[in-house]
Amino acid sequence: MLSLYTRRRIINAVGLAISMLAMAFGLFWLCWILWTLLEHGLPALTPLVFTQMTPPPGSGGGLLNAIAGSLAMTLVGTLIGTPIGILAGTYLAEFGQRGWLAPITRFINDVLLSAPSIVIGLFVYEVYVVHVKHFSGWAGALALSIIVIPIVIRTTENMLRLVPTTLREAAAALGAPQWKVVNFVTLRAARAGIITGVMLAIARISGETAPLLFTALNNQFWSSDMDQPMANLPVVIFQFAMSPYEDWQKLAWAGALLITLSVLTLNILARVLFQQKAASH
Amino acid sequence: MTAENIANPKITVPKIIVRDLNFYYGDYRALKDINLSIAEKMVTAFIGPSGCGKSTLLRTFNRMYQLYPKQKATGEILLDGANILDKKQDLNMLRARIGMVFQKPTPFPMSIYDNIAFGVKLYESLSKNDMDERVEWALRKAALWTEAKDKLKQSGTGLSGGQQQRLCIARAIAVKPQVLLLDEPTSALDPISTAHIEKLIDELKEDFTIVIVTHNMQQAARVSDYTAYMYLGDLIEFGDTSTVFTNPKRKETEDYITGRFG
Repeated sequence: MLSLYTRRRIINAVGLAISMLAMAFGLFWLCWILWTLLEHGLPALTPLVFTQMTPPPGSGGGLLNAIAGSLAMTLVGTLIGTPIGILAGTYLAEFGQRGWLAPITRFINDVLLSAPSIVIGLFVYEVYVVHVKHFSGWAGALALSIIVIPIVIRTTENMLRLVPTTLREAAAALGAPQWKVVNFVTLRAARAGIITGVMLAIARISGETAPLLFTALNNQFWSSDMDQPMANLPVVIFQFAMSPYEDWQKLAWAGALLITLSVLTLNILARVLFQQKAASH
Repeated sequence: MTAENIANPKITVPKIIVRDLNFYYGDYRALKDINLSIAEKMVTAFIGPSGCGKSTLLRTFNRMYQLYPKQKATGEILLDGANILDKKQDLNMLRARIGMVFQKPTPFPMSIYDNIAFGVKLYESLSKNDMDERVEWALRKAALWTEAKDKLKQSGTGLSGGQQQRLCIARAIAVKPQVLLLDEPTSALDPISTAHIEKLIDELKEDFTIVIVTHNMQQAARVSDYTAYMYLGDLIEFGDTSTVFTNPKRKETEDYITGRFG
């Protein structure tokens, strides 16, 4: 008969071993993906990638138009989605205690948060692309902003809820009207967390393919007109990787590596920012 | 509970008069027919075991409870003769007249200077010079000036706990309220910071009417002129602090302050 203490130690060791294995299993795939990307993407990542347009099969070229298109649509999508998300999240956390509007909004937002991105692409296709009768960068940005909104709403609300109630009470006790309490005290206290949420949203949309397939489609050439079909990394990767041409496949690897690296950078930045906030408290 | 059991102190100049006050958290009645007066420019302490309603009573004076949908108060609270529970009472104006300091220090996420200027800017538009003077005045009153004068632009959250609490007191008095509500202001502080704040309370009562909630009976005895002992939502005894502590009229009060209960 083992003593209770020995038994507890054994259970602890077994539990620890299982969780380490689980972690190793998860990390294994992640490292494999990163390794494959680096192995194929790094040799293809030449200066030409950043200076030349997507080529026809069989000739040399780069991804400049796709990179620029992705940046433009991500930027516009974020610019549309972030203010709406922050405002709605603030409403949910600060103003929606009474009544039925906030719980329903929160529920719909949760649904939107987990909606497959292809559905959002189809939606924008149906309500926008079909009416203007051509694919465009605006449509792509619109689809991306619809993905940004629920993420920003959720993080804004969560971060505002982390602000201690006593801080709100303290500001109210000075006679500050609620909009001043929210603007100058609680939103300020939650600032780092909200920026983190926006960055995570950018990271999320910078790799989205499905919503762009139905909206921005692609463009072989340089285009700075958001009202025209627009090249973008995810769709170019999709198209080039599926093709039988070796130089296209190489460019697809380079593009995949670029997206991964930028998402990684954004995630690390978000983490550092949030930790600085945690340290200052 | 009959009124004659409660020692009624002779308060000649009442700042606040509470009449038949009841308070509800949803259906739960947390305060039961409270009647008492708060003397002007004196310190009144509320003591009693946890959950007795002393903080609840304090939070009715600036209607803090109104932030929460399910809380409500009935009865009358007269501030200089006007009922502040009246729906017509402007909440923000009321809170500008009645300042509050909380149990945990609550510096805003901004500089020390802005922490103090925040409340002042709500009701007065001062020139840069006047604001500088007001900030210095408040910090001096709160005995924080010497420590903070070289770092006014630094974040208020970087101060120590005791300094943060004095910053909150400075912030509350910078608005020049008439009444100062202190909700266990020293329970999160070490003895030295506590001594600082108690000394401060003594000085502040020259200008302000002070109501303090405390768990610490020695503190009540040290800083207050009047003491109210509460239990389970009832006001058990209210009187001169010296009388309540040396010659309580009721056995419950005596049991509590001698440590036999609570």
